[in-house]
Amino acid sequence: MLGYVARRLALLGLMLFGLLCITFAISHVVPGDPARLAAGPDATASMVETVRAEYGLDQPLSVQFWRYVRGIASGDLGRSLRTRETVGSDLLRYFPNTFELVTGAMLIAVGLGVPLGILAAVHRDTWVDHLTRVVSVSGVAIPAFWLGLMLQLLLALDWGLLPLGGRLGLMQAPPAPITRLLVVDALLRGQWATVADAFAHALLPMVTLCFPALASIMRVNRAEMIETLRQDYIVNARAQGISDVRIVGRYALKNAMVPTLAMIGLRYGWMLGGTVLVETVFDWPGIGLYAVSSAVSSDFQPIMGVTLLLGLNFMLANFLVDLAYGWLDPRTREAGAA
Amino acid sequence: MDQALARAPLLAWLERHAPTVRELRRYARIFARSASSLLGLALVLAFLLVAAAGPFIVPYPEDARGAVHLDRKLQAPSAAHWFGTDEVGNDIYTRVILGARLSLWIGLLITLVGGLIGVPFGIVAGYVGGVVGDAIMRVTDVFLSVPALVLALAIVGALGPGIMNAIVALSLVWWPGYVRLVQGKTLSVKTQTFVEAARAVGTGRLRVVFVHILPNCLSPITVKASMDMGTAILAAAGLGFIGLGAQPPYPEWGAMISHGRNYLPTWWWYSAFPGLFIYLTVLGFNLLGDGLRDVLDPKSRGA
Repeated sequence: MLGYVARRLALLGLMLFGLLCITFAISHVVPGDPARLAAGPDATASMVETVRAEYGLDQPLSVQFWRYVRGIASGDLGRSLRTRETVGSDLLRYFPNTFELVTGAMLIAVGLGVPLGILAAVHRDTWVDHLTRVVSVSGVAIPAFWLGLMLQLLLALDWGLLPLGGRLGLMQAPPAPITRLLVVDALLRGQWATVADAFAHALLPMVTLCFPALASIMRVNRAEMIETLRQDYIVNARAQGISDVRIVGRYALKNAMVPTLAMIGLRYGWMLGGTVLVETVFDWPGIGLYAVSSAVSSDFQPIMGVTLLLGLNFMLANFLVDLAYGWLDPRTREAGAA
Repeated sequence: MDQALARAPLLAWLERHAPTVRELRRYARIFARSASSLLGLALVLAFLLVAAAGPFIVPYPEDARGAVHLDRKLQAPSAAHWFGTDEVGNDIYTRVILGARLSLWIGLLITLVGGLIGVPFGIVAGYVGGVVGDAIMRVTDVFLSVPALVLALAIVGALGPGIMNAIVALSLVWWPGYVRLVQGKTLSVKTQTFVEAARAVGTGRLRVVFVHILPNCLSPITVKASMDMGTAILAAAGLGFIGLGAQPPYPEWGAMISHGRNYLPTWWWYSAFPGLFIYLTVLGFNLLGDGLRDVLDPKSRGA
């Protein structure tokens, strides 16, 4: 297992290096003039030249790349023209909100997706199965930003059940930061009204965001469950008179969960991409909204910062999934070596 | 007499290709067994029809080219304006219908470019393998590690907003999925007996690839391409919604939803209808892809 972890870790490092190459290529090679981009749309020619010298953009690409990597290694992600803060401090401020949103949405997706997948598999080809299929296909096809708007229209504007957007109501003071996760902090500080308000604000964005993940988790879990329930050892367990609930819950689920887990890891990354749109709809102060606001105002370095952070996140999530995989199914450890 | 002559070549052709025809009939039967596949096919056909006939069936074609009729702005759906009108009095039904053609182009271009880059790399990675194959797969993994939409956002941010730039950006991030798919398939086909036999009798590498490997990869590629049409349209609409994709007066669905957002809740139809059309289109391509998979590639279901 230790060798397996070490190999995965080395791969993680290699992937990270590759990611840096991509962000470097986008920020230094793709646009016509990165200095002009960094200086902002209103800069004069002499300002652009100053920026060019300051960022070392007159140096050869290899030198620039080395500088870029060194800068990022020391935590320097540049500065946002819009917020006038360093990208690093902006990300630190906005990322916890995104993390809360994505985690909440993933909890809903797993919490509903796994049981529904099991249900659909057990009641295969009945109306339960068909209904979950409709939900799962729609979940992937429905544009999240539109779903969000329609939920807002119905639940927030027409019925007034939930707040329209944002992270907290105006009347609520955010808790003093401990973990920077708003709900956790409010809980730790015992501000119950804030917790309730934060939940109310989070519900619609989380539901909107969880849909595609819910769909694919359900689908994979259903397929795997059907496959597993066909195996000899399950038939054997049935023959011994073990109850269905016990068979499904205890013997089948663990095996069916392995591919589902991979799907969860994959979907976590897609969800991070999805937050970009969902945060825009719900005015959720996370890194997705930060990236969009920056992109719209041609503020370039924050977008690169967000890209790096999301890539890193996805890689870490997959690293953890790989470890869980290796633990759940020892065969994959050998497969990883080949 | 004439009819018999005209029919003869067809009959002869049918006779010659009887096994193929039988196979196609079987495919059609499997496909038609599933209600959701048929729904998908119907939705996609309707979308293609709308995209093709758009300019001839809309009541106000000039409304997709930036016309202004302030006297009829923000009207509710009615007989004259089925989906209502927007803030400059343009007919939303017209714009949504004409948007289908734009979406079709967007989906086709992204899927095509993604496939044209991804498939060759996938075949090389799978067939040649070794250091080259490893390198290709690692680069692919890195690209897959950043959500496509975020990477596209970064690229559009560098190139500047616009429909062409959005298509370029999405194409640049779309190919890795094909590399992974084709590489896996190539690896499994490569070890099969008929490929080994072909190589044993001295068939050249290129010939093996084009005659034996590629045709066997076509089924999963077709399935993925069908699904990707939907996903690419969805992603481009997302960029349009953010404001980095198509710019006005282009009748792009995502951008329309974004503009309509400012007029919620009173003028709900502005956002509601374009979104409904995105949903139906993407749903159609997904269901069609699903149905095609059941027919062409039944083993990979649920993967």
